[in-house]
Amino acid sequence: MSGDRVVTRHLGMRFPLRGRELVALEDVNLRMADQEFCCIVGPSGCGKTTFLRILAGLERQTAGELHLEVTDPARPLSAMVFQEQSVFPWMTVEENVGYGLRMRGVHATVRRGVVAHYLEKVGLTQFAKAYPYQLSGGMKQRASVARAFATAPQILLMDEPFAAVDEQTRALLQEELLRVWESDRKTVVYITHSIDEALVLGDRVLVMSARPGHIKAEIPVTLPRPRSVYELKSTPEFAELVAKVWEPLRQEVLGSFSAMARAS
Amino acid sequence: MSVRARRALLYALATAAGVVMAFPFVWMLLTSVKSESEATAFPPGLLPTQWLFSNYADAWRAAPFGRYFLNSAIMALGTIALSLATAALAAYALARMRVPGRGLIFGVLLATLVIPPEVTLIPNYIAMQRLGWYNTYLALIVPFGASVFNVFLLRQAFLQLPQELYDAAVLEGCGHLRYLWRFAVPLSRPTLAIIALLTGIRAWNDFQWPLIITDTADLRPIQVGLTIFRSDVSTNFQLLMAGSVMALAPIVVLFLLTQRQLVQGIARSGLRG
Ligand SMILES: Nc1ncnc2c1ncn2[C@@H]1O[C@H](COP(=O)(O)OP(=O)(O)OP(=O)(O)O)[C@@H](O)[C@H]1O
Ligand SMILES: [Mg+2]
Repeated sequence: MSGDRVVTRHLGMRFPLRGRELVALEDVNLRMADQEFCCIVGPSGCGKTTFLRILAGLERQTAGELHLEVTDPARPLSAMVFQEQSVFPWMTVEENVGYGLRMRGVHATVRRGVVAHYLEKVGLTQFAKAYPYQLSGGMKQRASVARAFATAPQILLMDEPFAAVDEQTRALLQEELLRVWESDRKTVVYITHSIDEALVLGDRVLVMSARPGHIKAEIPVTLPRPRSVYELKSTPEFAELVAKVWEPLRQEVLGSFSAMARAS
Repeated sequence: MSVRARRALLYALATAAGVVMAFPFVWMLLTSVKSESEATAFPPGLLPTQWLFSNYADAWRAAPFGRYFLNSAIMALGTIALSLATAALAAYALARMRVPGRGLIFGVLLATLVIPPEVTLIPNYIAMQRLGWYNTYLALIVPFGASVFNVFLLRQAFLQLPQELYDAAVLEGCGHLRYLWRFAVPLSRPTLAIIALLTGIRAWNDFQWPLIITDTADLRPIQVGLTIFRSDVSTNFQLLMAGSVMALAPIVVLFLLTQRQLVQGIARSGLRG
């Protein structure tokens, strides 16, 4: 089907584990339109990171199919923002953001322009020459976001990118991400623990089941864009959506707890 | 016991241990400046009555020590360079690459650690002979240019690097070799320093192998060179000690230079000596 950027069919992933097998993902079926912003919530350990790494090509699924639509072979297919520890500590912010471009042989002048553009978007212009240890956690994640956008990937994968920062900073980073994305739309798969975050950012929220992970529920988010994080949260529609996501999620979180209790 | 008393006891014990460790070294230093009769006197005295620093000049003149030092340096630096290269490549493959049978390969490598080095002496000798490397620097360096222990140490260091860093590098377009060279190696510097130091000391102190694989003064390293002061009938102790001090000096300097990295590396790798 044309217009679909990401399609998975019966996708499964098993890891060998002490002679047995650990089924991390089972029968994941997903269809994502181009430029769609999709958020995934699910209990801890259900296979969210694994799913993202498969989408990124860092891992190969053991069952089923994955199809990613390549529209522009010159651009990298995907870029990823990780939870933490993924900015390169011995490079300046500027070098971090430009690294992917340098690896792809982009000329220095062009590179400088692109880097400056995204540094400005995430508000790090003044820190271009700083090293990661001189930055706060939130600023590191900003650098990470700028780096992911810089190579103009067709798909952006984000794994709980703002989970490690405090709540006020997180709201700010969410607003920033939305702004950057509105002006530079791409397909996004965004993993989070927070229902609020999923609803604020996404066009659609997918609820994953406890392990083995599969997609248990899909909640379309009909809130209008552009969105403002603070205003949005006080609307009745928002509260209604929270309840809609929480319901299927609650069962899975409870389920994963009792599974853990059984295992131990 | 109060904190104070406990601390005092700790210091006393540490000092005692330090004295025991340092004694042979101090003895060597003192003997190196004694006269021949004092060096061999019985019962031995601790301090020389006359400090003969000329022993060093005498020892230096007794044989081509400049050449011996150069040979030892070539042997040590060559072994260090080769060891670092082989350890980095092997450790990376074992830590990061998905090779079928990787666990088995690693297990077999580890199993070779129990083979005593004496057992490999003759096979190594024959191999060098067949390669026509007898009496060459290659023979002094290559047989020790790869060590399972180094591979093991470095593999642990590589495994501790965050997965996210690797993933990010790969997604940014980094290949295996570039990741190894630009990421894994710089981030594992303390471990590499340990490998360099231990390998260097081993090569510098090696006596047996250079003795059997070379027979010319041109290739003789310092440890073999020192035997000039010993013969079947007598040993020139004060000159031997002076020569030994000179032979030891580079290692002490190297240790002082890498000390900080070393302590870090030991703390990080959990290596105990
Ligand atoms: N390389 C691997 N080898 C073996 N098991 C793995 C591997 N990677 C992940 N797993 C297992 O797969 C399951 C899913 O892991 P994953 O990291 O995808 O969970 P997650 O949903 O991202 O959890 P969290 O929300 O806590 O980040 C876990 O049980 C984990 O132990
Ligand atoms: Mg995860």
